[in-house]
Amino acid sequence: MEEIREQQNYMLRIGEPAPAFEAVTTHGTLKLEDFKGSWLILFSHPADFTPVCTTEFMAFTEIYPELQKRGVELLGLSVDSVSSHIAWVRNVEEKTKVKIPFPIIADLNKEVSLAYGMIHPGQSKTETVRCVFIIDPNQIIRTILYYPLTTGRNMDEILRVIDALQTTDKNGVATPANWRPGDKVVVPPPNTQEMAEERLKQGYECTDWYLCKKKL
Amino acid sequence: MACVSPDGKPTESGTKMLHALQAGLKSPEETAQETGLPLFRVRSGLRELTQAGLADQSGEKYKLSPRGIEMLGTSST
Repeated sequence: MEEIREQQNYMLRIGEPAPAFEAVTTHGTLKLEDFKGSWLILFSHPADFTPVCTTEFMAFTEIYPELQKRGVELLGLSVDSVSSHIAWVRNVEEKTKVKIPFPIIADLNKEVSLAYGMIHPGQSKTETVRCVFIIDPNQIIRTILYYPLTTGRNMDEILRVIDALQTTDKNGVATPANWRPGDKVVVPPPNTQEMAEERLKQGYECTDWYLCKKKL
Repeated sequence: MACVSPDGKPTESGTKMLHALQAGLKSPEETAQETGLPLFRVRSGLRELTQAGLADQSGEKYKLSPRGIEMLGTSST
């Protein structure tokens, strides 16, 4: 019991390797390493056949082509059986004509949920909250988002974070508040006085030496 | 299993992968390119086909096993 409580309190941090797993999914048994080389969004939902989760799965399906263009795969998870997942996916397709194209982990033994800290006892002792783990092609956790049971996720924000991470990796820059692709990016702050002085001569749009932006 | 049915026969995606291996040793990346299946599906699928005795692994690559060859011969007639 104590061990379970400790596991439930365990929280992953960004910058850490994503915990390895082998899990039964609606697309067969998958391992985390099967996704090596691709970006992966591992996300949990509280339960199948629930209203907010259904809207989220439809919304994830809607952005899936955009994610694929960016080399991102999706992997859902809840503490339900694979039969329940299959029945729910079929029901969603029958009622809404939306076919869920990505796999969903059937985490009945909570092995993956506990490894990723997806169960937050203050919200529910049995269901996973709405977690989003953005894992990079080297299987490092790059972003973690948590939403309560009652709040559906914002797909625009998830796409925006993917764009921001990929832009940062490609160009060695940071992205300012509310950044969108095409907006100016932030040049990393200088580390020395000499670099700070040089920075001001480099043609960037500078508010001051520590806040400079540029177009990509 | 996603690529092999409980009766031991390959599913549609499993059959696609077996056909891709007909030309000889292939990596998961090459198999994904040839079948149009996502790489993660191919990696797990090739693992299942190997466990089911329909494919053999050789280093990082895969090829049809004698049973896989026989299975494709049977399914194409």
